[in-house]
Amino acid sequence: MNRKIFSFLMLFIVMIIFLIRLFYIQIVNDSYKFESDKNSRQKIKLYPDRGYIYDRNNILLVSNQPAYDLMVIPRKVKNIDTLKFCKLINITKERYIKRMKRVKSYSWRKPSVFIGELSKENFAFFQEKMFKFPGFYIQKKTLRKYPFKSAPNVLGYVGEVSSWMLKKDTSGFYRQGDQIGIAGIEKSYEKELRGQRGVKYVVVDVHNRVQGRYEQGDYDTIPVNGADIKSTIDIFLQQYGEKLMTNKRGGIVAIEPGTGEILASITAPSYDPNLLIGRKRSKNYSKLLSQDGKPLFDRGLLAQYPPGSPFKIINALVALQVGAITENTGFTCHHGFRHGSLHVKCHCGIYDRPQKLNSAILRSCNNYFSTSYKLSIEQYPTTEEGFRVWSEHVKSFGLGKYLNNDLPTGRKGLVPNTQLYDKVYGKGRWRPTYNISNAIGQGELLVTPIQLANMTAAVANKGYYYTPHIVKNIGENSVENTRFANRINTTVDPKYFPAVIQGMIDVFEPGGTGWASRIPGMKIAGKTGTAENPHGQDHSIFIAFAPADNPKIAIAVFVENGYWGSRWAAPISTLMIEKYLTGEVKRKRLEKKIIEGSLQNEYNKQKNH
Amino acid sequence: MKSRSINIFANLDWILVILYFAFVFTGWINIYSAVLDQDHSSIFDMSQKYGKQLSFIIAGLGLIFIILMLDGKFYERFSSVIYFVSLLSLVGLFVFGKKVGGATSWYAIGSSFSIQPSEFAKFATALAVAKFISIPSFSLKKVKYQYMIFAIIMLPALIIIPQPDPGSALVYVSFLFVLYREGLNSNYMTLAFLTAFLFILSIPFDYKTLILIFSISLIIYIIYQKQRGKPIVKLFLYLTYIIVFLTSVDYVYNNILEDRHRNRLEVLLGMKHDPTGVGYNQHQSMVAIGSGGFNGKGFLKGTQTKGDFVPEQSTDFIFCTVGEEWGFVGSASFIIIFSFFIGYLLYKSEKQKLVFSRIYGYSTAMIFFFHFAINIAMVMGIAPVIGIPLPFYSYGGSSLWGFTILLFIFIKLDSENKSIL
Ligand SMILES: [Zn+2]
Repeated sequence: MNRKIFSFLMLFIVMIIFLIRLFYIQIVNDSYKFESDKNSRQKIKLYPDRGYIYDRNNILLVSNQPAYDLMVIPRKVKNIDTLKFCKLINITKERYIKRMKRVKSYSWRKPSVFIGELSKENFAFFQEKMFKFPGFYIQKKTLRKYPFKSAPNVLGYVGEVSSWMLKKDTSGFYRQGDQIGIAGIEKSYEKELRGQRGVKYVVVDVHNRVQGRYEQGDYDTIPVNGADIKSTIDIFLQQYGEKLMTNKRGGIVAIEPGTGEILASITAPSYDPNLLIGRKRSKNYSKLLSQDGKPLFDRGLLAQYPPGSPFKIINALVALQVGAITENTGFTCHHGFRHGSLHVKCHCGIYDRPQKLNSAILRSCNNYFSTSYKLSIEQYPTTEEGFRVWSEHVKSFGLGKYLNNDLPTGRKGLVPNTQLYDKVYGKGRWRPTYNISNAIGQGELLVTPIQLANMTAAVANKGYYYTPHIVKNIGENSVENTRFANRINTTVDPKYFPAVIQGMIDVFEPGGTGWASRIPGMKIAGKTGTAENPHGQDHSIFIAFAPADNPKIAIAVFVENGYWGSRWAAPISTLMIEKYLTGEVKRKRLEKKIIEGSLQNEYNKQKNH
Repeated sequence: MKSRSINIFANLDWILVILYFAFVFTGWINIYSAVLDQDHSSIFDMSQKYGKQLSFIIAGLGLIFIILMLDGKFYERFSSVIYFVSLLSLVGLFVFGKKVGGATSWYAIGSSFSIQPSEFAKFATALAVAKFISIPSFSLKKVKYQYMIFAIIMLPALIIIPQPDPGSALVYVSFLFVLYREGLNSNYMTLAFLTAFLFILSIPFDYKTLILIFSISLIIYIIYQKQRGKPIVKLFLYLTYIIVFLTSVDYVYNNILEDRHRNRLEVLLGMKHDPTGVGYNQHQSMVAIGSGGFNGKGFLKGTQTKGDFVPEQSTDFIFCTVGEEWGFVGSASFIIIFSFFIGYLLYKSEKQKLVFSRIYGYSTAMIFFFHFAINIAMVMGIAPVIGIPLPFYSYGGSSLWGFTILLFIFIKLDSENKSIL
């Protein structure tokens, strides 16, 4: 090689390499550019509108309203007229200094909320003068809005995502300060309601003034609004139930038997969902938490009571299924069930002749069901086996297990199994008479109102139910072809139901426990119940479905310390049924009596104990 | 002769002079942009780097005037003196030196001003090399002279290395190209390139594997080339060198280098991605350059530059500012023009009638080339971070004056070229 050329060649090669490299870094590869623009580029999160929630008749239950936070980036606050600023947003100088100190201790560079949820006037004033206060800006956010002061337990609420939720969130969707559904539908359908966040990039100058879009919006993503949700709730029925429960405590759950849709889920006492909006939420929340009667405790889903007499319906069905009785089997009641020293009292009123199933149901004869329960178990060679079969039949009505539905909370309830008694008495050392209280829905048995309502729906359907659920449609899509559309069969043959249902219908005949609560001209099937309560007055219980021939509503009502079934729970049930099926309650006197009736004295007594 | 002493500007190569002023001016503009902040905005603010750089530039004018005033023969005559003074100034650092940024490469003059003798040692060495080679009895074919010329070149480098300032020392490799041009056995060049090549290969690959590969390829080569009778001995010598070198590199890498050095190399060679650690400077500088895009963000509009993201922005990494604010258009123009400048220096050197002038010019071109190539490669992430300034652009009085002297001595020598018959 010519040595004179060598250096020129080397220089030329280096120059070409540099030009190629330069071309690559500056023109081909975008990532350097995007990263470097961090300082001049401001990322604006675009929040999607959270989906609305409607009731089953498309009445709006939850919507959104705007709110304006005054934000600050301490690093950028320079030479502002503090006095003027305080006057503008109506705060004292002391508050300003205090807030500023707090905000600065959080972060010098990151934006913080300076004053949350400005009033409309302050917002308007401030927005006009904002340019005079570098470092401050307004951030719009949306809060929930509830047109009805009803159903807080069903709808739930949203709140700022907590740090432990952030830690748990593996999707990386949430950031500090984001909103998240915390209870009710807001929680179970969070993913559908929240939508998809978008991002917009703008170019800002040194003073943080927006100069325009960044790269013509090439890096922007459009937010996708959350889906609207149509609930299965009938808001007017829900409201009516809440009204009926005035000054009473307990839970009501109404289900459409043909679909498993929850028509109403009431807990009393309740509260106005608007209390849990925005910044006042935490204050109000702690207030509600310590309030008498625990309004935040959703009794419809969480309170576990002994089912009482309505459970006799299940016992009758099981006895029929295992062949312990037929509808014509009769037992004579001796003021109760006697076995050795055991005596279960009964006030059915027919003590001189054998009573058949129908009569036993409408009079709620304790003897009849104790005897048939004993016989059901004795159908099998061992008590253990007989009891296990009984327990399985009972569980097939959705009792003693989680319903696995779309509600964020629930309780299992309790249907005892053989192990429970083995533990108490020793294996093989107990008889059905040892737990005869199971026959009349007392003892170890525990159910929640929603479980009892679902059990009622299964009876109404003559042997099957659909998992009770709270949502009908997500956006345009119905939940019909999801797991909620799967029919779940009980283990009792449909042929045994009519006789039992007839007994429930006759409850509303003269002499039946529901006579006083009947709806003229409507065939209802029901069963009263009274659950013994060692802490005070017994609980008043009622289950019902109507119309009996073509059930559209199945309902379970618990009224705590309501003495006995027919006193509170039965009228409340039939008023709900009347309201739902006819749209108008004609029994105004009964309605008035129930609404005005108060059990507050009972609750005060318990409080004093 | 008379007219020349009156007019020091006669016969100057105006292309070089204009390029010089263009570089110095645009360099200054970029320093201004790199260090500008809200509180100091006057471009003449003497407390700021751009203000100081301006004073360096003005002082540089004085240097230029002096250089052009002196007779061209002066440099040839006094080259040995200049070289020895320069060596003394380097040695003196061990006693009187001031430590700045980990290296004792500075003399403090007053409280706010320091001078870096290694910047001046380059032109001194160039003069010495030119002088020595132009001695009529000198021949690169003779081993004795080879040793002597290597000693002249390596002496300043060896003093600079332990300061430690490996970047400045590395520049002395540029003289190898000068020697090659002047007829040094090409084996030296082969050896130099082979060394660099092996060094890079030895990092991702195990040295034993490399030795094996080289040995096998050599054997295959010999078998196929046998009948032509190639110098097999020479090839075996190269192989021996490869084995010795690789083994010692492995030893040095694992036993002598410290972790931070290893890290730098590994990041550079893509064996480690580490944008916040060792690779931070380079990553940030690439981000800054990349952000310029095609047209750049415009003068004073660089955001990376303003945000102090790139350390040493105004010194070794000044090219970032060029890339960010002037974009591909500006930085590619710079690379092309600077390459032209070096190429033009090479061309002009070849035109020199005096051997001394030719070799000095060639040395000048190669010193500029090394600075340019290493600095830009470092800033663009294709060479490790070696602290070495970009001539005329990087902030600093010593480097500006060093390069000014280096260039203008050649301009002076060249201006007398015509009058030599
Ligand atoms: Zn009886």
